[in-house]
Amino acid sequence: MKGLGELERSIMDILWAENVPLTAREVGRLIEDRDLAPTTVMTVLDRLSRKGFLTRTRDGRAWRYQPAASRDAYVAELMLEALDMTGDRDAALTRFARAVSGSEAEILLKALTELEEE
Amino acid sequence: MIAAAVLATLALVCAVAAWRLTLARWTWRAPRTAILLWQSLGLTWGLASIGALLAFALDPYRKGVLHGLAEFLLSVEFGVRTPYDYLRLAALVAGLSLLAVLIALPLAAGAQTLRARRRHRLLLALVARDEPAVPGVRVVDFPGAAAYCLPGLKSQVVISDGTLHLLSSAELEAVLAHEAAHVRERHDLVLLPFAALRRALPWSKLVSDAQASVELLIEMAADDRARQRCCPRRLATALLRFGTSAALPTPQGALGASASSGVMARVDRLVRPEVALPAAHRFLILAGSVVLATSAPLLWLLPG
Repeated sequence: MKGLGELERSIMDILWAENVPLTAREVGRLIEDRDLAPTTVMTVLDRLSRKGFLTRTRDGRAWRYQPAASRDAYVAELMLEALDMTGDRDAALTRFARAVSGSEAEILLKALTELEEE
Repeated sequence: MIAAAVLATLALVCAVAAWRLTLARWTWRAPRTAILLWQSLGLTWGLASIGALLAFALDPYRKGVLHGLAEFLLSVEFGVRTPYDYLRLAALVAGLSLLAVLIALPLAAGAQTLRARRRHRLLLALVARDEPAVPGVRVVDFPGAAAYCLPGLKSQVVISDGTLHLLSSAELEAVLAHEAAHVRERHDLVLLPFAALRRALPWSKLVSDAQASVELLIEMAADDRARQRCCPRRLATALLRFGTSAALPTPQGALGASASSGVMARVDRLVRPEVALPAAHRFLILAGSVVLATSAPLLWLLPG
């Protein structure tokens, strides 16, 4: 039995891959772990909706779920923060180093070549 | 009136010392000691500035800042009679406002930081993967170079897929040792008050320079930890590869990389290490920081 976090991830992966809104039953059929109780799938879908990662629409008696944003959009959001490009300069993360441009980058490139030659 | 004068002088001394410290280079030879001095200067400056204003305003009570403030709050009697009293009233309002700002802002910044980290953690759980080559590290599929620590009760070290391609395994090991130092020593907590102060006084160049200095010192402290565990030269080349990896388009509203990033300074330290600051000097600075940090609270008690 997978943990809840792992399950959330698998379900998001399925919905991102399918690209069409799916019902809980359809998601359950696509999931690898076949012994999963349908109510568990429903619970996880509901949790993801409440966190704002899924949107749902009524289809007859069932709900259809789809991702609120693409996977790439989330990766971009993470990396903007990671590269300190939000213009915020907050203390949320501690970063290894920032990429630079212009004359400073040239100096660094020269130093790198020298170090590699030695 | 003596207490007010002494506190005002102390605040001024702290500001001048902070300005000198942004220009100092000995700090790079003892980053951890310098960070402590920065924290002491920041705290003392805040307490001395507030104390000077309040000591002036509450002078007629002749009981010092702390007890004078308590008596004023209990009696709520200020007694404005002469024009001079209006000046005292203004000082009281200014002092209490500064106190409120310096308490509320770090709290607000802390809450905002926690929210940002929570969101970051949720997203990581959905899109980051584990990589057998680097156990315990979360990997995000992104071609650029990124390596960072998401601090918290369960801190996470995250690197981009691009980092795996950019660095050799020895360099990657050095980067991970650097990030592990951030995790162990909770460097994010050191940065928080300085980031909050900068948000409070965004126009102040001194505060902005101070934050940049502390940020650089923290990176140097983590570099020092990493070099104990791996080859300093590999950490230096990793830094240079990161610094020159800016093939990414800069998004709208992003911070320009015009300010010096400090990468070259860190590389120089690793490749050509200077002698560490003598232990006696470090001890003196340490003792000075402690005396400084205790002086302001004591002056708050000084009557008259």
